[in-house]
Parts: sequence; C-alpha cells; structure tokens
Amino acid sequence: MNVLFDNLSLYANGFLGTIELFLVSAIGSLILGVLLAGARVSPVPILRSFGTIYVNTIRNTPLTLVLFFFAFAYPRLEIADISFFWRACIGLILYTAAFVCEVVRSGINTVPVGQAEASRALGFTFGQTMSEVVLPQAIRSVVPPLTNVQIALLKNTTIAAGFSVLEAGGIYANLSERGYNVFVGLLWVALGFLILVLPLTLLQRNLDRRWSTSR
Amino acid sequence: MTAVLYDIPGPKARARNATLGVVGTAVVLAVLAFVVYRLIVTGQFDPRLWEWITYVNIQYILLGALGNTLAAFAVAAVLSLAFGAVFAAGRLSDHAWISRPSTVVVELFRGVPLLVLIFILYFGVSRGLGIDIPAYWAVVLGLMLYNGSVLAEVFRAGVRALPKGQAEAAYALGMRKTQVMTNVLLPQALRSMLPTILSQLVVVLKDTALGYIILYPELLYQARFLGSQGQLGAPILQVAMVVAVMYIAMCLILSGLSKLLEKRLRKSPKAVGIDAVEAEEEKLLA
Repeated sequence: MNVLFDNLSLYANGFLGTIELFLVSAIGSLILGVLLAGARVSPVPILRSFGTIYVNTIRNTPLTLVLFFFAFAYPRLEIADISFFWRACIGLILYTAAFVCEVVRSGINTVPVGQAEASRALGFTFGQTMSEVVLPQAIRSVVPPLTNVQIALLKNTTIAAGFSVLEAGGIYANLSERGYNVFVGLLWVALGFLILVLPLTLLQRNLDRRWSTSR
Repeated sequence: MTAVLYDIPGPKARARNATLGVVGTAVVLAVLAFVVYRLIVTGQFDPRLWEWITYVNIQYILLGALGNTLAAFAVAAVLSLAFGAVFAAGRLSDHAWISRPSTVVVELFRGVPLLVLIFILYFGVSRGLGIDIPAYWAVVLGLMLYNGSVLAEVFRAGVRALPKGQAEAAYALGMRKTQVMTNVLLPQALRSMLPTILSQLVVVLKDTALGYIILYPELLYQARFLGSQGQLGAPILQVAMVVAVMYIAMCLILSGLSKLLEKRLRKSPKAVGIDAVEAEEEKLLA
C-alpha cells in the first residue's frame, strides 16, 4: 500500500498523462479513420486504392516502430520542433486510424444491400445515402468493435512511455530511483489500467444493449 | 456492398469523380513530395549515410537481430497457442471451479497492457522478488500471457459459433464430453478459426518489437544502436527505414497466408460458421 500512497502524485501525473494521450489520440483516430473508411468505399477508384495501401501497410507495422520513427527519425527531417507528447499522439493517431477504418468499413458491409438500393431508388446521392441511410445503421454494429479498438489504444499508450512521454507506463522508472518496490508499484499500474478499461467496457455494453434492439 | 452505394456514374458524376481523384492524388503526392523534399534538403540521401548497408559486419548484426526477433516470435507463438488452448478448455468446462478461475485469468491478462506485463516480468520480478528473468523470457512470457488470453477467447468463440446440432447429435450418438469436443467440435472449429489464429500471430510478431524497450537485442534495438554510431554518420533514419521494410515484409507474408487460407476455406463445402467466427474476430482482434 505504501508504494501507492507515498507516490500518489507520481501515479496521478502518470495516469493523467495516459488519459490526455488517450483522449487526443482517440478523437484524432476516429476522425481520420472515418475519413479513410469513406475513401475506401468511395466511387473514386484511386482513392479506394490509397485507402487500401495505407491500411495494409499500417496494420502490418509494429506500433513501437511507428513511435520509434517519430521519436528518433522525425527530428532529422527538421520540419518543425514538436514535443514528444504530440509526436506520440501523431504516431498513435496514424496507427489506430487504420484499425478504425477497417471496423467502420466492415460495419458498412453489414448493412443490408436493400437499404442502399432503396435510397438510391429514391434518388439520394452517394453522400446522402451514406450519411442518412447507411452510416446511422452501420454505427450500431460498429460500436462494440470500435470500443475494442479504443481499449487497445488506451493500452497502447503505454508504449509511448518507452519514448520519454510522461505516462503511466513510465512510473516504474521513478519508483526504482526512489527505492520503492517496483513489483508492487507495477501491480498498482496494472490495476489502474483495469480500472480505466472498466468504464469503456460498461459504455460498450450499454450502447450495445440500447442500439442492438432498435433495429 | 460498396458497389451498391452509388449508381453507375453519368457524365456529371464521372467528371466529379475524376476531379476528386485528381485532387486526392495531388494531396497524397504533395505529402509524399514534401517528405522526400525534406529528406533531400536535410541530406538524408547522402551516400555516406547509406554506406553501412555494404558492411558485412553490420549485415551480420542485422541478421542476428532478425534471428532474435524470430526466436522470440516462434517460441511466443507456440506457447501462446498452448496457453490459449488450455484456458479455452478451462473456460468451456462444465465445472465452475475450473471455468471461473480460467475466466478471471483470461480477462485479467487481456485487460493489462502488454508492456506493463513485460515490465512486471523484467523489472518487477527481479527487483521485487529477487528472481532474475532474462529480457528474452520477459518478452516471450509477456507475449504468451497476453496473446494466449486473446487466443483463448478466439478458441472459445470458435467452438461456441458452431451450430448447436453438432454437439447435440454427438451426444445423442452416445459420445462422452471429451469425445464430443475432440472428435466433433474441435476439428470443425479449428478449420474456421485458422485465419483468425494466423492474424493473431501477426500481432505476436509485431509485438516482439516491444522487446526494444527492455533492451532485448532484436531488430529495433539494433536499429537504435546502429543509428547512434557516429563513425557511420548516425544513420538512424536510414536504419529505421530498412528495419521497417523487414518488419512489414514479414507481417505481410503472414497476413497474406491468413487471407489465402480464408479464401480457400470459404470455397470449401465443409466450412461451417466462418462468418460467425469472423464477427467474433472483429470484436477480439481490435
């Protein structure tokens, strides 16, 4: 217990860093992911192939490598001096967006074909078909896997701690400097993550229950 | 589905699509051109920075690092399959005293970030309990616990997704519980789960890169090492690019294998419940 209470501010700062990183990356990846999914189902072949190439490449790249690139190789390009925190955010957004894109796309594929056909028969354009008919229905089947992507993102933020971002994953290093028991300290970190994941799981169940019945 | 989202384009739509295509291509090309421009301006294509590729010693270092990555991957893959099989069987058990603890273990290891697991094994156990675990085993065991738990869920979902009639018919024929599982359910479930299992193995391969953070000498670690060598001109960007190509190539091969299998399985008349397993996969593999 002492390890936690003696270092309460360390834990608070660490988990605050995790939550900040998570919120920024979650919002960014949702926006980029939906845009990518839009490109992957669009009537323009070249946009479709760009989307496919991006998703296939990123999904087969380790996140550690993406963050490694932003931490060490990006400064060599001398584009703009961005802090480690924002570089980690960009890396996490680029990585997670590929997974969001796949989930949204497969959600669009679960909407019965008749829905899109009917809306086209009514004279809706591609944009109207998507925004008025297909996406509202797709979102329902997308919620559980999408929450899983975000839970994975929350856990992935720890990797940023390996690249000097102040984050819950890096708490152990400070603890060992201060001479505390690292094993117990890390168990508290693990518990912290279980607690952080819990509200997301509850949200997922709640949304799933509310929306799955109304179709 | 995607084909029914829009009509066959008329002249107006065709013009609009062409414009969108041109604009989209221009944006993508502009981003790429900017990156290449920065690479040229900062002198990253300088031959001196690429010279290291030609040194035989460095090629051996990278080959050794690749070997370390693959060694961690192979052992972790086998162990997590075994772990997954044991705990899936545990969760499917009829006895509460087996299934409850299995559920707790699986949910626990699925909820904790893999890196924290590796830290606990590498830093926590050695400094807290006095048992030294080498970096290699910390990576392998961490991967086993995390991916094993995910695979346990995949196995369980695969068995659950089979039509109920299969088990009922087997019981009606007088088979015992173990016989139903090994002779009827598992052979069918394994068929439909194979693509999912392979794509989880891609995750194992990707996550071996975490070994870099606890200084296990795998590909990324060597990339950092070579990239900080002053006498080579500190070519970290160049080494990172080469290592990225290696990682992506390995993962693409595994993913390709998984897609190929999936296609073959879909054609096979014996395939049962692939779609159901796939729905579960979407939930699990995020």
